[in-house]
Amino acid sequence: MKTRYMYLLMLPGILFLTVFMIIPIVLTIGTTFTDGSGITLDGYLTFLKDRYFLDILFTTLRVSLLTTLICIILGFPAAYYISKLGGRMKAVLLLLTIFPLLTSSVVRSFSWMIIIGRNGLLNKMLLGMGIIHEPLDILYTPTAIIIGLVHLFLPLIIVSLVGVMENIQHDLLEAAESLGASKATVFLKVVLPLCVPGLVIGSILVFVGSFTAYTTPALLGGKQRVISTFLYQNAITLNDWQVASIVATIMIVITFAVIACMNALARKLNPKG
Amino acid sequence: MQKNRGLAFFTFLVFLFLLGPLLIISVTSFEGGSVLKFPPEHLSFKWYLNIFDVQMFISTFKTSIIVSLMGNLFALVLGIPAAYALSRFDFKGKKLLDAVFISPILIPGIVLGFSFLRYIVGAYQLPIYTALFIGHTIIMLPFIIRVISSSLSNFDFSIEEAAESLGASKVKTFFIVVLPNIKSGILAAVMIAFLESFNNVDISVFMTGPGISTFPIQMLTYVENYFDPTIAAISVLLMVITAFFMFMVERLMGLSYFTKR
Repeated sequence: MKTRYMYLLMLPGILFLTVFMIIPIVLTIGTTFTDGSGITLDGYLTFLKDRYFLDILFTTLRVSLLTTLICIILGFPAAYYISKLGGRMKAVLLLLTIFPLLTSSVVRSFSWMIIIGRNGLLNKMLLGMGIIHEPLDILYTPTAIIIGLVHLFLPLIIVSLVGVMENIQHDLLEAAESLGASKATVFLKVVLPLCVPGLVIGSILVFVGSFTAYTTPALLGGKQRVISTFLYQNAITLNDWQVASIVATIMIVITFAVIACMNALARKLNPKG
Repeated sequence: MQKNRGLAFFTFLVFLFLLGPLLIISVTSFEGGSVLKFPPEHLSFKWYLNIFDVQMFISTFKTSIIVSLMGNLFALVLGIPAAYALSRFDFKGKKLLDAVFISPILIPGIVLGFSFLRYIVGAYQLPIYTALFIGHTIIMLPFIIRVISSSLSNFDFSIEEAAESLGASKVKTFFIVVLPNIKSGILAAVMIAFLESFNNVDISVFMTGPGISTFPIQMLTYVENYFDPTIAAISVLLMVITAFFMFMVERLMGLSYFTKR
């Protein structure tokens, strides 16, 4: 009786998501396997042979991977520092981390156009200091997309890591040290393994976020397409809904594959987490 | 603490990277000339006034506000009972249902937007305005459910049982005991969901029609055509709104929601 009542409470939400999200997505995926007369994989085969598309796919994967790595390298030490702070300072730094996270992605990407553009701040500074003699063309390249994406997702990995680092008990570190472990050993053998869950969740969020981001590559990427801007172009500009559906399916498959792999990795590294 | 000096400096650089661009965009918004400059050469507020001269900014701002508020209301109606059910009891299929409710965050927004355009707008001929409203409800739902669930996890359900044992009906108990206790969580959920919806690009970008667009999409279109400080001025206004919302969320339930995942 009680259980039935619980299901009833969730029914409106589940129905809503089924009608407006799950069914459209299943239909989108479904159409990619037919050509009107029967089941076929032709759509995918043409795609896997298309150099232009493969180039976009690999650029997107490379950009996402680099973004994730840079976010970990920048985010881990910062999160460690924040988690060790106490009271007010920690609250302030967390607020400063979350503020960009809640700020519009259009605003954040646009701010980088001012900085890395040909006549932007960075070029002016470097030219002024005589470090370069020709303005650097960073804007509208994959590098620009990576800079924008790191800016977009760095806060996500910081808050994920602060979340797990906060829970590490100081007694544990002291115990390890009193038993003769060096600071480096304590970090590698105690702190790092305990950070794995946060690291995995943070990395998933950053990688998947970068892989599927639209605004930042659209503004900072110029002619350099990534998979999401390619999908948009096919759907809206070229009106080729079949190709767009195939791209959409590939995006879903890769997204969920990455999530599954990372979760499996997390279980292996940290069976209890 | 001395060994942490290097770490402190590194963290400072990270924050410079995170906040510097936002600071720069703010400063350039006061440029009086017609081109974005840093530092600005002539201080002026003229680009702030320009926002109000661009008719599309005014109309899309209204659209975004209405869509976010309406979607929020609808997401609350769908989300509160679901959040309650998910945090109150253990039952068969809980994990799966939980995953379904979170899935709008995991499915790429651009894919969500496209399949929505193809089947809900295209196949069912839904008006764009309605489609926008439904699409935004979908993306707000996971945030509503997550924040309210985390608020419910701090709620002592024995109070509820006490009310019931004193003779209150389940529905009455919910409205006079549970709901008032989680109202700050609900308000925080509304604010976070509002920001998510208001800033959304991935889904909204597919749902524009003659004269209908949302604020971020209008900003994107503007950036593609002009490079004047108007967008910088708008950015400052948006950041002020964001800061206010964040301050409210912090007051209502602390920032723990963001660090717990």
